[in-house]
Amino acid sequence: MTEATPSTAPSATPSTGTAAGKATSTAASKASIIASATTAPGIPPESPPELAPAIALGNTSGIPPAIAPGLVASRVSIRHGRLIDPANGIDDLLDLHLADGKVLAVGEAPPGFEPERVLDATGQVVCPGLIDLCARLREPGQEHKGTIASETAAAAAAGITSLCCPPDTMPIIDTPAVAQLITRTAALAGKARVVPAGALTQGLAGEQLSEMATLRQAGCAVMCQAESPIINTLVLRRAMEYAATFGLTVIMRPENPFLRDNGCAHEGRVSAHLGLPGIPEAAETVALARDLEVAKQTGARVHFRALSCARSLEKLAAAQARGIAVSADVSAHQLILTEDDLEGFNSQCHLNPPLRTAADRDALREAVRTGLVTAVCSDHQPHEPDAKLAPFPSTAPGMAALETLLPLLLRLVAAGVLDLPTAIARLTCGPAAILGLPLGNLAPGRAADVCVFDPEAKWRVGPKTWLSQGRNTPFWGERFKGRVTWTLLGGQIVHERRL
Amino acid sequence: MPPPNIQLDDHGHLKHFLTLEGLSRELLIKILDKTEGFLGVARQAVKKVPLCRGKTVANLFFETSTRTRTTFELAAKRLSADVLTLNIAASSTSKGETLLDTLRNLEAMHVDMFVVRHAESGAAHFIAQHVAPGVSVINAGDGRHSHPTQGMLDMFTIRRHKGDFGPLTVAIVGDILHSRVARSQLAALRTLGAGEVRIIAPRTLLPAEPESLGARVFHDLRAGVRDADVVIMLRLQRERMRGAMLPSEHEYFQLFGLTEERLATAKPDAIVMHPGPINRGVEMDSQVADGPRSVILEQVSNGIAVRMAVMALCIGTQNRLAQADSHD
Repeated sequence: MTEATPSTAPSATPSTGTAAGKATSTAASKASIIASATTAPGIPPESPPELAPAIALGNTSGIPPAIAPGLVASRVSIRHGRLIDPANGIDDLLDLHLADGKVLAVGEAPPGFEPERVLDATGQVVCPGLIDLCARLREPGQEHKGTIASETAAAAAAGITSLCCPPDTMPIIDTPAVAQLITRTAALAGKARVVPAGALTQGLAGEQLSEMATLRQAGCAVMCQAESPIINTLVLRRAMEYAATFGLTVIMRPENPFLRDNGCAHEGRVSAHLGLPGIPEAAETVALARDLEVAKQTGARVHFRALSCARSLEKLAAAQARGIAVSADVSAHQLILTEDDLEGFNSQCHLNPPLRTAADRDALREAVRTGLVTAVCSDHQPHEPDAKLAPFPSTAPGMAALETLLPLLLRLVAAGVLDLPTAIARLTCGPAAILGLPLGNLAPGRAADVCVFDPEAKWRVGPKTWLSQGRNTPFWGERFKGRVTWTLLGGQIVHERRL
Repeated sequence: MPPPNIQLDDHGHLKHFLTLEGLSRELLIKILDKTEGFLGVARQAVKKVPLCRGKTVANLFFETSTRTRTTFELAAKRLSADVLTLNIAASSTSKGETLLDTLRNLEAMHVDMFVVRHAESGAAHFIAQHVAPGVSVINAGDGRHSHPTQGMLDMFTIRRHKGDFGPLTVAIVGDILHSRVARSQLAALRTLGAGEVRIIAPRTLLPAEPESLGARVFHDLRAGVRDADVVIMLRLQRERMRGAMLPSEHEYFQLFGLTEERLATAKPDAIVMHPGPINRGVEMDSQVADGPRSVILEQVSNGIAVRMAVMALCIGTQNRLAQADSHD
């Protein structure tokens, strides 16, 4: 199994020349082959661990494989960059040394360490590979919108090394086979770790519990109900209780389907003028209030996805103050856009949850700053062009967003809303903690998932820069500052920007 | 940053007619003045002017309509255009064709103007964004959003009876939430500077932040029509009862139906309007609908002239652009 698999990182072979670290002996590069097994510590699908106490299913060993077995893990030094590793409180000019798919050392290279490749990160930021809590890859089932290969390639170019895909694929991720299909396809593509979220209920129908323990063994780090409601609150209670039995985190997107009705825009000034059916804030807060109470009742660890309004944040803060184990994320575009961006019926801004008021956006920003919200996700939803070519209410909601995730947060940094380490924390150790995976952390021994970006590099969203199959973004044609130079996944360079 | 107004060309001339929001007071006045001129055409022995001769107008009705469709058809014919009326609700879309495909097929027939009615807000904008350059789109009602020719014919009717908008108090009664007519009237009244605009409805039939539409909100009909110069009644759809918006037609009429007795608090010379079709005994009493203050049938006649004015303006812009092109 050491031979023949084509390398996904062709750039790793010749050491491109920064002056510092050419000349690595070929003998040393051969020696590193043996390290490949350590890059994939995920549970082998063939040998499920015994089912019983919560600890057996615990989240310590659930990292999905980065790459198909057999690839060479190389030794890399990233020099002269500003290393920001919020999990370890680091923000300093420090070198980073990677070997055998893991972080070997921070700062000084260990004596005798001979990197095969040295990346000169002068003027750049070096941080853990980004982790996206919610990205639809559209495979299986909707490959006309995107595939695991196309979307993980876009992720790699955006510095994202791990992403969690919700279970509303076709078929739904409610059997181990679908979960394994996704993780294996992702490992073969070799561009990012894909963590499938298992369906909380069978078929996401909100009626029968899914086989959560089995799904966990098949690689589902969390259980999620995607966009489907659980109308029967008793089923919700049982689902949370059952998940809590195994220490599984439950991800909910709070939305009351009756209050949402046929709404397609925030119920407020703009929907009143445009005559668009509205989605009131209460559609979110009513569901959130119920779910918080059931979380309290059951002791389940619940994470709320894509909160969109200030009133939800108040509820979240109050619940945390009461000691309920809940967390939340927001979508990056919710920190930038508002209901006003719908003017002219811009279907690229047809999103769910909807864009709300400027006051809501400001409250979300503040919550990200203070840490009430610990993760920012892309909520990536690539579509084929036709999905957005219709009158606004008939278009499909969602935007392709992997490649704007980091740039949008860098906009907030530039605007003085966040400092850079906080922004990076919300994209790395924050989401890692929610998934319960030992990622988003560059301490020695951790997975060598690294993002190196040039905070000053300017670029424009357009056909030359965009990799996602979905081009449905309201930011198409816009200029951004801050661009990823290298992305390393398990020590392998999976993205390199030609300078 | 407001998006560019796709209704206007570079010189501010009307290219499409999609909504009254964002149109200047001067342009609205221009439409009203032009309408005045077209009013006489209906009284001529030969009810035709040659302004749109050789032009093809396609009426695309994705939603059924009698009044609007026939008045648009008549307006186009009186301008000497060739008219094609398609009730698409019952044809292509039911075979799974997308709106854009339907449009492309008709475009291939070299249509110069589309008159569009559609059940979804934003449909006319969508079509205007995708038609070939040089083709005009006139919104004949899109979802809850806008019905600009209805809005203008109502303004025209008000102006003929009341003159200047400045001192007027206008009361709009009924289902504001779902009414594209009300949105267009409110936009026009804001731009034309009406003294006071009121909307009167139970809260279930009002949109969020109704004051942002530029009106005072009332829940009591008597208080709302007090000293009004113009009372506009909106149509109530039967579906509203099923959607738990209202308990019954009976209670609605008890609280919000216009009767002679309730109208007594309005100014003595107040006019009563309704975009039609009327639900007699739900929105208003027959006595009021057929009474001396009702101008409902006049609205219909004025509708033809307003639609002629808007079509003539858009075709005029097309001709100017085509001429400019040929000089290049």
